[in-house]
Amino acid sequence: MSAIVILFLGLGGMALAYFLYSKFIAEKVFRLDSKFRTPAHEFEDGIDFVPTNRYVLWGHHFTSVAGAAPIVGPAIAVIWGWLPAFLWVVFGTIFFAGVHDTGALWASVRNRAKSVGALTGDVVGKRARSLFMVVIFLVLLMVNAVFGVVIAGLLMRFPSAVVPVWGAIAVALVIGQLIYRRIIGLALVSLIGVVALYGLIIIGPSMPLQMPDQVAGLPGNAIWILILFGYAAIASLLPVWVLLQPRDYINGLQLFIGLIILYGALVILNPAMVAPMINDNVPAGTPSIIPLLFVTIACGAISGFHGLVAGGTSSKQLDKETDARLVGYFGAVGEGMLALGAILAATAGFASLTDWSAMYDAFGKGGVNAFVEGGAYIISNGLGLPETTAATLLTVMAALFAGTTMDTGLRLQRYIFQEWGEIYQQQWMKKPAMATLLAVGSCLILAFGAGADGSGGLLIWPLFGTTNQLLAGLTLLVVTVMLVRLGRPMWFTLGPLLFLLVMTVLALLTQLRSFYEAGNYFLLVLDIVVLIASILVAMECAAALKRVRRESATKAEG
Amino acid sequence: MSEHSNDEHPVDRRARIKAWLGQARFYAEEFYSARYRGAIARAQRDEDDLFMLMVFSELMGVPNPVAYYTLELQPLMLERFHDWHRRMGMEKSPLDDFRCC
Repeated sequence: MSAIVILFLGLGGMALAYFLYSKFIAEKVFRLDSKFRTPAHEFEDGIDFVPTNRYVLWGHHFTSVAGAAPIVGPAIAVIWGWLPAFLWVVFGTIFFAGVHDTGALWASVRNRAKSVGALTGDVVGKRARSLFMVVIFLVLLMVNAVFGVVIAGLLMRFPSAVVPVWGAIAVALVIGQLIYRRIIGLALVSLIGVVALYGLIIIGPSMPLQMPDQVAGLPGNAIWILILFGYAAIASLLPVWVLLQPRDYINGLQLFIGLIILYGALVILNPAMVAPMINDNVPAGTPSIIPLLFVTIACGAISGFHGLVAGGTSSKQLDKETDARLVGYFGAVGEGMLALGAILAATAGFASLTDWSAMYDAFGKGGVNAFVEGGAYIISNGLGLPETTAATLLTVMAALFAGTTMDTGLRLQRYIFQEWGEIYQQQWMKKPAMATLLAVGSCLILAFGAGADGSGGLLIWPLFGTTNQLLAGLTLLVVTVMLVRLGRPMWFTLGPLLFLLVMTVLALLTQLRSFYEAGNYFLLVLDIVVLIASILVAMECAAALKRVRRESATKAEG
Repeated sequence: MSEHSNDEHPVDRRARIKAWLGQARFYAEEFYSARYRGAIARAQRDEDDLFMLMVFSELMGVPNPVAYYTLELQPLMLERFHDWHRRMGMEKSPLDDFRCC
């Protein structure tokens, strides 16, 4: 089967959904009103509450939610064949992620732009709010550990990317200064930034830097992980304009350019799908597709992380309520497009089925490496770039996304520790440096906890997906409760919520057994923690819905 | 290029390109700054608040909190202090609690 057909089926489906389904959701379920005075106008202060152009806001929403996760997840999940991953990404984006993101924006906008965490406290209850904090902490912990491992793996496997990945940080630092000190205008700066980044990518293959397999008794992988966390800790303590702001800008440009290159090469080359449609011959030890598929692909189908972005920042800047459809739903579609690209790269970018099977020889293998190698194969054959240059390009793209998520994640984790220091009167914990140390320490324990070389990170990928889905479930619960109170249709959010809850609990039980059989007690404990959280979430859902129905029943009687 | 644009008056075209560039610059600048506007504005507000406190604290009867910390600077300033008060036209140290020569 040709990859173009799959590509257009996927894109066509998502486009159709945007024009039809999102219109229905926006008009009939959320009843978005262009005359509603949004918090950006009501509380306009020039700091947090600023009415912002909807395309700009979409760009921010999209680039904050589209990171390495929609690449890693789908690229792992194609081990079951390309069809299940494709269907879950397309239908997940249409019926789950789009509705979730629009709903989170709507709920926040209708409640003075409060964050989803605060909303949980108001709409569902105090207990649910504490639960929400714990789940967020777990998500951040896992995302940092996983991405540290992912970047380290990429840098070991593609040494040609070492110079551009770290060079990009230097480029961002210089750009930040140029803009901050108003030395030259932004248009020129963007041009210089992109040229410098791609210059580094082109010279990267001629100066590969390979970390030795063993350094001072530690594997090379582990050294990279330590360096990465050192970097992320420093980056998360710097003022945002020094590194974060210019780097996000360059990353955003790079995301658009990278997507255009990948999709362009796919259309020109039109490779055949090499991987099987449904893989009957999965490697030994691969868990069952149901429920694991639905937690392996979290971002790209539905992800709770989006709710944090929607509620925390985007809702404060929404100019008109109707813009929520473009920002939320189309933001989710954008991420689905990235996930679709990852699926195609990891299944069509191989010369033969033998090559593909060699890449996917065990569950959790392949992943982002398969994305880079498959994508490089497609780009080099489609556009005629040397294969190492193409691989360097995609490695830089994936590593920069993961790096951005890491230092944002560490920053957020630091805030949580500082808040706990405030609550429990621990002066030392309130200091930024100490809180950062605690955050880095907990991530390192997780990254090394399951394997001495730091390979433990990828084992927790499905656990990360599970926790992320739980977060999405909590957001959907808030939206559903609000809808029921307003007497609107609730099944468009309750349906996805129930599906997610069932799948996460099933996935946790499956993994519980496999961790126990593998004797991995560290992950076993973690799994139990998440399992308890998910059962509590389910009970909160039941209790909240029951209470709301009783409320509306008494209202009808009275 | 279509024929339409060839027929167009050069001044019109220049104005149109200029408008387009202006629009592009607006989008680029918004895309750069919108995400971090809050964090940066807050940092600036904090600095301004501190500055206000230092300027107006005496006026409001609040002892300047910075004065206390400047004590720590005394050993560092001591060597330069003598030359300073001489240059300022004072033979002896003008401060009661800061003795010199």
